[in-house]
Amino acid sequence: MSRVKRARMMESLAKGIMGIATLIVVGIALFLLGYLAYRGAPSVTWEFLSQAPRKAMTEGGIHPVIMGTVYLVLGTAAFALPIGIMAGIYLSEFAPRNLWTRLIRLAITNMAGVPSIVYGLFGFALFVMSMRLGVSLIAGALTLACLTLPVVITVTEEALRRIPRELRQASMALGATRIRTVRKVVLPAAAPGIVTGSILGLSRAAGETAPVLFTAVAFFAPMPSSPLDQTMALPYHLYIMATQAVRPAPHVVWGTAFVLVAGVSIINIIAATWRSAQRKKIKW
Amino acid sequence: MSIGSLIDSRDRSGRAAIRRTAEAVASGLIHASGWAAILILAAIASFLLLNASRALGEVGLLTMLTGDSWYPTSDNEQFGFVPMMAGTAWVTIVALLTAVPLGVASAVYISEFATGRVKEISKSIIEFMAAIPSVVYGLLGIALLVPAVKDILGLDTGLTAFTAGVVVGIMVLPTIVSISEDALHAVPDALRQGSAALGNTRWQTVLKVVLPAASSGIFAATMLGMGRAIGETMVVLMLAGNAGIIPGDPFVSVRTMPGTIAAEMGEVVRGGLHYSILFATGLVLFAVTFAINLAADLVLERQRKRWGR
Repeated sequence: MSRVKRARMMESLAKGIMGIATLIVVGIALFLLGYLAYRGAPSVTWEFLSQAPRKAMTEGGIHPVIMGTVYLVLGTAAFALPIGIMAGIYLSEFAPRNLWTRLIRLAITNMAGVPSIVYGLFGFALFVMSMRLGVSLIAGALTLACLTLPVVITVTEEALRRIPRELRQASMALGATRIRTVRKVVLPAAAPGIVTGSILGLSRAAGETAPVLFTAVAFFAPMPSSPLDQTMALPYHLYIMATQAVRPAPHVVWGTAFVLVAGVSIINIIAATWRSAQRKKIKW
Repeated sequence: MSIGSLIDSRDRSGRAAIRRTAEAVASGLIHASGWAAILILAAIASFLLLNASRALGEVGLLTMLTGDSWYPTSDNEQFGFVPMMAGTAWVTIVALLTAVPLGVASAVYISEFATGRVKEISKSIIEFMAAIPSVVYGLLGIALLVPAVKDILGLDTGLTAFTAGVVVGIMVLPTIVSISEDALHAVPDALRQGSAALGNTRWQTVLKVVLPAASSGIFAATMLGMGRAIGETMVVLMLAGNAGIIPGDPFVSVRTMPGTIAAEMGEVVRGGLHYSILFATGLVLFAVTFAINLAADLVLERQRKRWGR
């Protein structure tokens, strides 16, 4: 066989093997999502979404569980967004190029790699015990905010860096201060990227179990009426139902999983679509 | 000058003063927020250390790291980390064996061979995998993989390090694919064109030029995947079986470090020795993942400098 022929054969063989690998990865993703929809979608009725659980969670709906997760995510947003966006502004607009800035960046990437269970331990030690917030909605939201912070900082900085320098220069040339330039020119232009990226980060927080395990959740709790109450949450509910329920109710388990994944996906898709629509509107 | 315009100009300078103060406050807040990441990371380390101090004092780090039995609640309590470190190691090895070959091959295909819609669609589907919560992966593992592992391999239980490792591997696939793909993408096209001009096929170019140039990034992707696999909690808690033996192979139930913390934290006496031991476990987990992520970050940074991107 000639060298050229052999090279061509290797080419198609290698391409085939790697194509199959990609197909396997994509196939796994589609199969898992399909299976989840197949098992979970039939349980999702209006009653399931709007009613409280009955008969030891084997009947009725998961309304308080959904609301618990919604409250947790809103609380997380309330803490993580202001600090994260300001930190992103700092890194993009103000930070000098020096060792400290390099350290801050290193800290951010490393925060993203800290295991979620370690955030759980930290949240328990600081928020639940030292700050005496108890096992509560607010302690869970603060813990999740720490976990979400690196995402918000990174997406804010990236969104701000996409804004051309000329816009800042034009604003400064008109006599605006740096802060005013950020507030009136740079931030509005970067808003779609910041909002969408933050939503992606928050939706990850919605699915986290380990950080709220000892900081916020209970398997059964009434709807929280204050930030200091314990709450139910979708991921924790799913974990208990799947592993420790005395009387397992498969349709509730799969329905809960489907609601969690579908909720997260729908929010992600809306956010991503909105961002690309906004980006098309502005051309630099 | 009329009195009216005098008042007007006084008013204007008053507003300017308010604006200056507001800007100073905003600027101060922005600068302070810049430090948030370092502050939180330092707080995590200090609070873990503070709560682990009793364990470190009474039992000692070396005794914990080398102790080979974990009986936290018996009368003669023993807090050896070896069983759960070995369990975590097996899960991580299986996860990387699952994720690295598949992930790197997919990244090469997506970056070097796929075009147009195929590229876009496979990228978004793989990214979508990252949005599935770990507890859902755990549930899917219980439903699909646990019975399969039990029946096909003829084991007593499907809750093994292997089962958990495969599912953790699937979970870290998106990380490995996207970071490897970034590394491949960062290799300048001039190198590919040069190789093609010398008469190499695409595959020869990939194998001899692109992959070596991107190797440090792919290595970093593997490290980051490893860090995530070591710290993954819910999947191992639900699938690894949580048995206390020191495993010699991955086809047995194992205890893992994150799983142990998650399972036992709810039942310990707050402030007791067992409680402190769990914080020490968290501290070890934190130190190990921190070292791995730091190394990966340094490798990625070096690569960025090399290609100027």
